[in-house]
Amino acid sequence: MTHRTEPGKQRKKSIREISPIDVYKLLPKTNCQECHESNCMAFATRLVNGELMLTDCPPLFTDMYQAEREDLGLLLAPSVRAVTFGTGAQQCTIGGKYVLQRHEFMYHNPTGIAIDVDDLMTDENLRERVHRIGQFSYNYIGRKLALNAVAIRSVSGDPAAFGKTVRTVCNATDLPLILCSLDPAVIQAGLAETGDRRPLIYAATEKNWTQMADLALAFHVPLVVHTDGDPALQKSLVKTLNAWGLADLVLDPGTLAEDGLSETLHTLTALRTAACRDLDELSGYPLLGVPLAVWTSEEISMDVLKWREAITASMLMSRYADLLIMHSLDGWVLLPQLIWRFNLYTDPRKPVSVEAGIRMFGHPDKNSPVLITTNYALTFFTVESDIKTAGLDCYLMVADTGGLSVESAVAGRYFSADSIVTALKEMQVENLVCHKTLIIPGLAARLSGETEEASGWKILVGPKDSSGLPQFLRQRWPPHPA
Amino acid sequence: MSYVVHKKNKETERADEIDVLSLAPRILELLQGVQQLELENFSMEIGDLDLFIPSQSPAHSLQSVSLHPPLPQKPSELIRESFEPRTARYPGHIREVVLGATRADGGSRARTVTIGGAMTPAYADIRVPPVHPPAISLDVFDMKVSLPRVLREHVAEVMEDPAGWARMNVEKFGADIVTIHLMSTDPLIRDTSPRQAAETVEEVLQAVNVPIIVGGCGDPKKDAAVFAEVAEMAAGERLLLNSVTLDMVEAKTLGAVAKAARDHGHLLLAFTGLELNNAKELNRRLYEYMPHEQIVMDLTTVALGYGLEYSFTIHERARYAALMGDDELAHPVISAATNAWAAREAWMAMAPEYGPRELRGPVWETVNALTLLLAGVDLFMMMHPASVLTLRDVIYRLGSNGSGRTSSARDWVGARIS
Repeated sequence: MTHRTEPGKQRKKSIREISPIDVYKLLPKTNCQECHESNCMAFATRLVNGELMLTDCPPLFTDMYQAEREDLGLLLAPSVRAVTFGTGAQQCTIGGKYVLQRHEFMYHNPTGIAIDVDDLMTDENLRERVHRIGQFSYNYIGRKLALNAVAIRSVSGDPAAFGKTVRTVCNATDLPLILCSLDPAVIQAGLAETGDRRPLIYAATEKNWTQMADLALAFHVPLVVHTDGDPALQKSLVKTLNAWGLADLVLDPGTLAEDGLSETLHTLTALRTAACRDLDELSGYPLLGVPLAVWTSEEISMDVLKWREAITASMLMSRYADLLIMHSLDGWVLLPQLIWRFNLYTDPRKPVSVEAGIRMFGHPDKNSPVLITTNYALTFFTVESDIKTAGLDCYLMVADTGGLSVESAVAGRYFSADSIVTALKEMQVENLVCHKTLIIPGLAARLSGETEEASGWKILVGPKDSSGLPQFLRQRWPPHPA
Repeated sequence: MSYVVHKKNKETERADEIDVLSLAPRILELLQGVQQLELENFSMEIGDLDLFIPSQSPAHSLQSVSLHPPLPQKPSELIRESFEPRTARYPGHIREVVLGATRADGGSRARTVTIGGAMTPAYADIRVPPVHPPAISLDVFDMKVSLPRVLREHVAEVMEDPAGWARMNVEKFGADIVTIHLMSTDPLIRDTSPRQAAETVEEVLQAVNVPIIVGGCGDPKKDAAVFAEVAEMAAGERLLLNSVTLDMVEAKTLGAVAKAARDHGHLLLAFTGLELNNAKELNRRLYEYMPHEQIVMDLTTVALGYGLEYSFTIHERARYAALMGDDELAHPVISAATNAWAAREAWMAMAPEYGPRELRGPVWETVNALTLLLAGVDLFMMMHPASVLTLRDVIYRLGSNGSGRTSSARDWVGARIS
């Protein structure tokens, strides 16, 4: 595990190598206790361990300590630079990664997903496609998952046609834009239409980098650096562009599907490893993956191409892509990407749970059914969504199972006759309804007898999947008198 | 409910048990003016601190400042750099486990399948292809089971015919291995006797000549009885018994199963629910009876959308720990990719914009498998033919050095796409 060093430059340190002393040296050392720690050394220790933040030290944010503050920032910045394109509420920030593997900390800035349009499309098709890109979304455990950007490709090669297309897209959407052409004249025509929207431009290559660099500087936009599977050239371009005055760069080491898939995934992995493990600054930029590349193959079956795009995208995302450019707008292609992205970027240290308690749906009265489920977020939101979709009037008890799903909670005895009895009491359910019938999840069926005995309530075993609730209630509610 | 679940995923989604450490993420927010992190009340274990938060120049947080201060003159030529991909050497490696035994070795299989052997994280270095390419097992059930329509249509003709089903998996779908799930032995289903279960396994062994995995019903007592019977009947076949659990420790049946497996030359699949301490604990118990080379781990596979990220991370952690020298985790791992079908998005009819489930289902199983392939899984239990084909294709491609590529990585920019 060698660390290479830039000649004449002090090598950065990983957090492992940063000692509290390194931090202490840069603190005010007054032991003023404004941070509520007993002294500056204690603060430094907790800062290095991630328990406190720089902002917890107010004196550091006075003019007196500006230099120290900046040095501390240097010490604690991510190994992959965060780059933002687009503006306003929908702006897209990519990169900003601290670690190679998610469990080492967590991943920040979910992979942006852009969908392409091109300059041969009719105005009508263009507007329709851009509208669909903006509209596509999926409601997943209470979150709206959506696409992030529009990539405009120059297929005609004509700057005027490209400019016109960019103008149409700008008028049709607020989504961030990626302007794609290897011809600086085309990119310039596009930039002339984007005003202050700060698009990402694609791409500087070994051939065009001086002109692309001038454009990126003149328009204050981030720039993709493209090579065709040549990390050494990639680094050379980055170093040169840095020297040119450009810092907001995105790396595209080239995406190839099929025959080139191995090379693509291994190159992305090598670059991200260099950035996070070797702290190589020239590799420390967001990575672009282009699942759209599958569409250049000879294959003629659309479904096969879409399938390839779906699996390529998911692998690129797992292998460190910070931004994807895709073509397919099919839900079955995009859904796995949106969900996997959401999952991959959750904090691996946090259980995903919702607050326990009783929830009311519709207009329940004293005769309405009472259901119970657990407080794992996905379980709750799934049940909630099914109840709302069916327009049911009911009470839903959300039991505290420490964020475990029904199946896990039953097995781990977090969801048991006793815990149901406790929940019934705490939530004072008997005051809400004039019956004593509780519907438990089908996956908790084996608790029914014991719970009836312990609670005195009649237990109905509901469906195993809450999508079966409407039918279940139609057939079983109100319950037949005993 | 119509989906396949290989395991009782007891501790699925137990994020609270994932003892990953913490580091104040607000640092990022502070440094970059990013205001979108919501991580206020997390805790951390200092003793476990095992992460890199490499520093970067402050320029990285300030757009206006260059990383490398501009030279007095813009360079007119490329400043040449080299790239040396890291060649990481790890102190540990994953054990090799051989499934199945040929006649020469006391079994009756035509071929064996070896898994494991990894000396680096999966697909981390193109110069280091997998020692053994990951293998694929296809499922067979010993009774009629409720499957999503998309899966059922491929196997409808062999349902309730385990031998025929196994043959089809090998001959039509190219299975490296066949898994026979003895679901009917479940005391809550048919409570089939160990004797009958062993006969089913025998039928499958006669129907195909690939290695066999034998799946139980999840009841620690019944599985122990069934596995003991099967182990004796199929002595020498080097079956993989799926699975042994910490529940068996509680039920005091683990020792009997382990002894039966050892005495009759079989392998054990140690199943735990997304918890590495439990995985290590179970392995330690097994070491009392078994050679280490006869143990495979199942760390739990959760469906995409239902906690796949926990499976992904537990596999990355386990593999990294093993390579760094944690011997108790240095076993090959298996994934029940079929558990993907537990996700509603895989099997349920949805609004038209989300596409037909005929495509959504298999893509779900495929993405589940590919994600864990990248996390280092050595053996996949699968069902849908399209998923199997894709996984096999990707395993083949990722194992190559990519020199056969025919296109340029910039063809897409100006391509006409319908």
